[in-house]
Amino acid sequence: MTEITPATLRHIERPPRPSALSNALTFGWRAVLKFRHVPEQLFDLIMTPLMFTLLFTFVFGGALAGSTRDYLQFFLPGILVQTVAFNAVYSGMGLSTDLRKGLFDRFRSLPIWPLSPFAGLIVGDMLRHLIAGAIILGIGLILGYRPEAGLPGVVAAFLLLLAIGFGIGWVFIVLGLLIRTPTTVMTLGFTVLFPVVFASNIMVQPETMPDWLRAFVDVNPISLMTTAMRGLMAGTSTPGQIALALLAPALLTAILVPVTLCLYRRA
Amino acid sequence: MPEAGSNTVASKIRNDKIPAIRARGLVKHYGNLQAVAGIDLDVSRGTIFAILGPNGAGKTTLMRLLATLTRPDAGAAAVMGYDLRAEPNKVRASIAMTGQFASLDEDLTGRENLVFLARLWGFGRQAARQRADELFAAFELTEARHRQVKDYSGGMRRRLDIAASLIVTPGVLFLDEPTTGLDPSARQRVWRMIRQLAQSGVTVLLTTQYLEEADQLAERIAVIDHGRKIAEGTSRELKAATGSGFLHVTVADPATLDRAAGVLEAQLAAPVQRNPEGARLSVMARTPEAANAALTALVSAGIALEDFAMGSPSLEEVFFALTGGVATQSEDAS
Ligand SMILES: Nc1ncnc2c1ncn2[C@@H]1O[C@H](COP(=O)(O)OP(=O)(O)O)[C@@H](O)[C@H]1O
Ligand SMILES: [Mg+2]
Repeated sequence: MTEITPATLRHIERPPRPSALSNALTFGWRAVLKFRHVPEQLFDLIMTPLMFTLLFTFVFGGALAGSTRDYLQFFLPGILVQTVAFNAVYSGMGLSTDLRKGLFDRFRSLPIWPLSPFAGLIVGDMLRHLIAGAIILGIGLILGYRPEAGLPGVVAAFLLLLAIGFGIGWVFIVLGLLIRTPTTVMTLGFTVLFPVVFASNIMVQPETMPDWLRAFVDVNPISLMTTAMRGLMAGTSTPGQIALALLAPALLTAILVPVTLCLYRRA
Repeated sequence: MPEAGSNTVASKIRNDKIPAIRARGLVKHYGNLQAVAGIDLDVSRGTIFAILGPNGAGKTTLMRLLATLTRPDAGAAAVMGYDLRAEPNKVRASIAMTGQFASLDEDLTGRENLVFLARLWGFGRQAARQRADELFAAFELTEARHRQVKDYSGGMRRRLDIAASLIVTPGVLFLDEPTTGLDPSARQRVWRMIRQLAQSGVTVLLTTQYLEEADQLAERIAVIDHGRKIAEGTSRELKAATGSGFLHVTVADPATLDRAAGVLEAQLAAPVQRNPEGARLSVMARTPEAANAALTALVSAGIALEDFAMGSPSLEEVFFALTGGVATQSEDAS
């Protein structure tokens, strides 16, 4: 028969309050554990960018750039940006699921640093971005992609990629907090992302587009990010390009972190 | 490790003058709906207090208000002496809440869930594992601790969820419908655990749709409906307030049930409750003589009885008398 043993009944006092960093690292640890238990999630993450890479390179590549090889050289840095943007949608869905399941109610009733659950989400996001990015880059290398700037260029490009993922991540954290149906988060996320991703310079140079569209493509943050990624991988980037690429992530972070906190605490 | 010992702490908490919960005029709206419509509550330390009400009565909302998960639109409350609005973090540090739906990470193992929460409280790596294992032993989940939570049964999840609220001994433990959806033996198990927790000095505030649960566990019961408290007292007081006694009759032929209800209602001038499965009727009878007269009237109306009994009202009947509605008693409540 079940009896609660003295272990539970023993009065356990609260240890000294942990630091914000310790809370954040604990959430990060949870994100890593989830990877160990649900490695399948990687499949979702890389299938879309993989299909894009293969289809665009082999179906349109020759027509768009003269040869599939030249097209891949043009396309790969952009597909990395797209991968990170689409990944962020999945993390918004994950948040929405956690909220529905009441997991966040427990976090909110704990005396912890209020942003720490999100720090954990972001650690998970960063891992996903790195893994998915590395796989896409690996496939690109096999197909003949060559980053002219070599390893330092790739490392710099991946750092930029993480910064981009960090900024876009907050958009979907806010959506995840606002919308309690994970599939709605996904639908809404892709509805917003598809036009922004396609009306950019990821797939084609904007020269042949009508003026009005070109005006948008030129200022589209996704284009600015793609230009900087290409520059870093090719060793031709300018500080101005990188600053422009970081502008949107920085603004998103500055605006959406307070919004996140506010949404998390209200209800 | 900062663990203070044992019974002295528990008894000190129990004797402390400040009530565990004191709420005045709590209000929470959702649009036009008043989910909680001005509730006062006083819960003494070291007691089990039940909030009893049907689905949608506002139980969860009231609990979320007290656990700082939702801000009240009006009113004030203090939990363990800390004001909800002024010192929410102090409130959080002295409570634990087990929500209506398991708040566990299904992808992680049971042990990882507890270690994770213990680390959030500030336990070191080693101490967190040790505390998790103690709780697994106490809740008889040791064999399951390395399994992912998604493979746990409903009863196991509930126990793990309650264990997750006990990593640090809370001043007040909130349990929102702790046994909804559990089979009878799992329910008995959870009840036993709740009683033992209360004996150790933890104040327990639980919500339930089951009258039996409130009756079995709680020292005091608040009955709420449509966001308002409609009665409060011990189970005995609630029963006494409803009337001295209840006449229960079982008709031999279910077809005569309606007619029998009509006769009883006319004779005793009180609403009749039907329990159609058993062809059983219950009605308040102020005196044994009145009950006797009613039985006589049934017989002269040609209604054959299989059984009759005079008893004090069940909480079910109390609830019916208070709300004029039918309380949930089935397992399928959501
Ligand atoms: N977040 C919410 N938004 C809108 N309405 C809500 C929300 N939470 C609860 N309600 C409504 O408030 C009422 C009380 O709900 P609840 O407190 O969950 O009741 P109980 O726990 O007693 O079943 C219900 O009518 C419910 O639909
Ligand atoms: Mg509820």
